[in-house]
Amino acid sequence: MAIFIDILSWASIIIGGVFCIIGMIGLMRLPDLFTRLHGSSVTDTLGAGFLIFGMALQSGLSLTTAKLIIIFGLILLTSPVATHALAQAALHAGIKPKLTVDKTGGHIAGED
Amino acid sequence: MLYFISSVVVFFMFWLVLSGHYTLMLLAIGAVASILVVGLATRMAVIDREGHPIYLLYRAVWYWPWLFWEIVKSGISVSKIILSPTLPISPTLINLKATQKSVVGVVVYANSITLTPGTVSVEVEDNEITVHAITTLGAMDLEEGKMDRMVTKFEGGIGT
Repeated sequence: MAIFIDILSWASIIIGGVFCIIGMIGLMRLPDLFTRLHGSSVTDTLGAGFLIFGMALQSGLSLTTAKLIIIFGLILLTSPVATHALAQAALHAGIKPKLTVDKTGGHIAGED
Repeated sequence: MLYFISSVVVFFMFWLVLSGHYTLMLLAIGAVASILVVGLATRMAVIDREGHPIYLLYRAVWYWPWLFWEIVKSGISVSKIILSPTLPISPTLINLKATQKSVVGVVVYANSITLTPGTVSVEVEDNEITVHAITTLGAMDLEEGKMDRMVTKFEGGIGT
């Protein structure tokens, strides 16, 4: 049983690491700021999620797991806020996203 | 008053998890600290329906698993796009209507969009959200409105 949990936790940590690397590759390959944000959000959610799940399996039902869950909750609540702030600031600074399709007709929320 | 008590309970549970020492003195210090912090926050008028939306907790039990599953699905599809040699992206900007009635509901919707890989909310104003999606397909999925309906149900249609 212990070996089963160990294998599951190792697999989870490896998968989390792979998603972190994928997010990094995305940061390098994607063309502009807005698309790069999508690459980094893979690291934020799936990378961090699988890593923390793997670590929680290692520590079992303990206080450490409770703390890990709190850290995961913190990441889930703060990372979209930071991403949104970055995207909004870029848009207001006049950085135009490279678009294939623009369905807004030039209208951004909040503008007249 | 209800929000005051539930905030103190939440803060005290947070203290218990972080401290890990359950002696009478440390428990008492934790209780006093929680009450002081919530007292300060009440003076700053941030402990209310909007600042401490504890009433959403029981509906989060089904909304969060659904959101996790959406994150996993779109995370895998964004990973495929990143790893694909041709890099098949079609960045799209789109305006969405948020049907949530409360500010908390709109924030939950905008944050859910950003949290899901492949879509980022770049601007929010009243009930309008401008979203940048990495593929046109992802933008169309959002426009179809499944997530909007889920968040509206999650919020329960209660105003602030």
